[in-house]
Amino acid sequence: MGIRTLVAMLAVALVVIGALATQESYKVFMPGLLQGAVLTIEIAILGSLLAIVMGVLAALARMYGPAPLRWLATVYVEIFRGTSALVQLFWLFFVLPQFGVTLDAFLVAVLALGLNVGAYGSEVVRGAIQSVARGQWEASTALNMSRPQMLRRIILPQAFVAMIPPWGNLFIELLKSTALVSLITLSDLAFKAQQMNQNTFKTIPIFTLVLLMYLAMSLVVTIGMRLLERRASLGLARGKAA
Amino acid sequence: MTEQPMVRFDNVSKRYGALTVLDGLNLEIARGEKVSIIGPSGSGKTTVLRMLMTLETINDGVIWVEGEPLTHMERNGKLVPADLAHIRKIRAKIGMVFQSFNLFPHMTAMQNCIEAPITVLGMKRADAEARAAELLDMVGLSEKKDHYPSQLSGGQQQRVAIARACAMRPKIMLFDEVTSALDPELVGEVLEVIRKLGREHDLTMLMVTHQMGFAKEFSDRVCFFHAGKICEQGPPSELFGAPKNERTRQFLHAVLEAG
Repeated sequence: MGIRTLVAMLAVALVVIGALATQESYKVFMPGLLQGAVLTIEIAILGSLLAIVMGVLAALARMYGPAPLRWLATVYVEIFRGTSALVQLFWLFFVLPQFGVTLDAFLVAVLALGLNVGAYGSEVVRGAIQSVARGQWEASTALNMSRPQMLRRIILPQAFVAMIPPWGNLFIELLKSTALVSLITLSDLAFKAQQMNQNTFKTIPIFTLVLLMYLAMSLVVTIGMRLLERRASLGLARGKAA
Repeated sequence: MTEQPMVRFDNVSKRYGALTVLDGLNLEIARGEKVSIIGPSGSGKTTVLRMLMTLETINDGVIWVEGEPLTHMERNGKLVPADLAHIRKIRAKIGMVFQSFNLFPHMTAMQNCIEAPITVLGMKRADAEARAAELLDMVGLSEKKDHYPSQLSGGQQQRVAIARACAMRPKIMLFDEVTSALDPELVGEVLEVIRKLGREHDLTMLMVTHQMGFAKEFSDRVCFFHAGKICEQGPPSELFGAPKNERTRQFLHAVLEAG
């Protein structure tokens, strides 16, 4: 799908939200839902940043680290990929305090989602690094570069382009998973919706607005990633069309 | 005391599982010597270059560069397998040009040529650029310095790759079938650059090639490889003019027939 189609979809979603918001039966829910949406966005952004950091670190540690680091990274990836994000949230929020470590609910949300998605991300990073042609490693070796120099200057910039689409998927997954944080006392978009629904039973307006809001947010992610992909592949593809 | 050979393979073997690619290779190359390696595919020619560039490990023997071991280091009077720091120190004397160019696609011709001088040798950007500009001029591509590899023809890419390798000021240059991936009409421009390099620079050159005419005209010595061994070697006039070995004769006959 082209970027234009995506932008058009986003515009339609926003216009429909705007139009509904002027209706008397919908209007009352907007301030609360927007408040929830802000928290959802905060968690999604911080969680994504943590996921990138963890994904890159875990991939590099598994591929090039000394044995203890490799082992540690593998344990991390398998634990966070092999158990559900909901259980991870509960564990950090309800079990950790039993051992005397109490974390703020917001911090737990960012940690659990970021670590969870980072575990998947490490496989994305690893695959992208391995997709760079062997000749690039060999040329860097022939120029006597060190392993870190090769990675930083030659391999990662090329792997970056291949990483963007799968990371886009992961960011959207993470955005949708933020709905789970309503179960650890956070007033995110999903929590606000449930709360209002229980108080008013206006199921149709509330969940229609929430649906459109999640859609709008994920479209922003998709469009952003497409633009990034286009920019990043410019350097590699420059002149190919010429 | 006689001068150390630039490169010495001392009884070097390379095996992949049960397959022996090189079998006890002994080969000395003098400073400034131009040596061509010819032979049928699978005879271990390319492996010789790749081992010298440390792209392949070796199973037996020692490779020496200017009297120092490349694959090993001395510790308590004994040779032990080299660590990465030692390999990098010796490897700095060697440069390589590949069959498939292997330019960095996200960098311009100029950036390709200054990358390693800056990151590896620690040169100042301005100095590295001045040197790269000279080299790009030598390979006839001054006006293409801001082009990306995808905007260049195969011949032009290979000339940039030669400039990039030279920018590291190696003493030994390895050319691995550098014209094999090129369209026939582009082969000449690359060979011309190699000729020029041989004339103007005091480089030791070792090349694997299928260009028999070029090997004959350019080399001081030609080695014919067969089944992981040097089957015959000598000055090109002898090896091409009066090959002694039956296999050499067969190979040259087949190649010249086809060419």
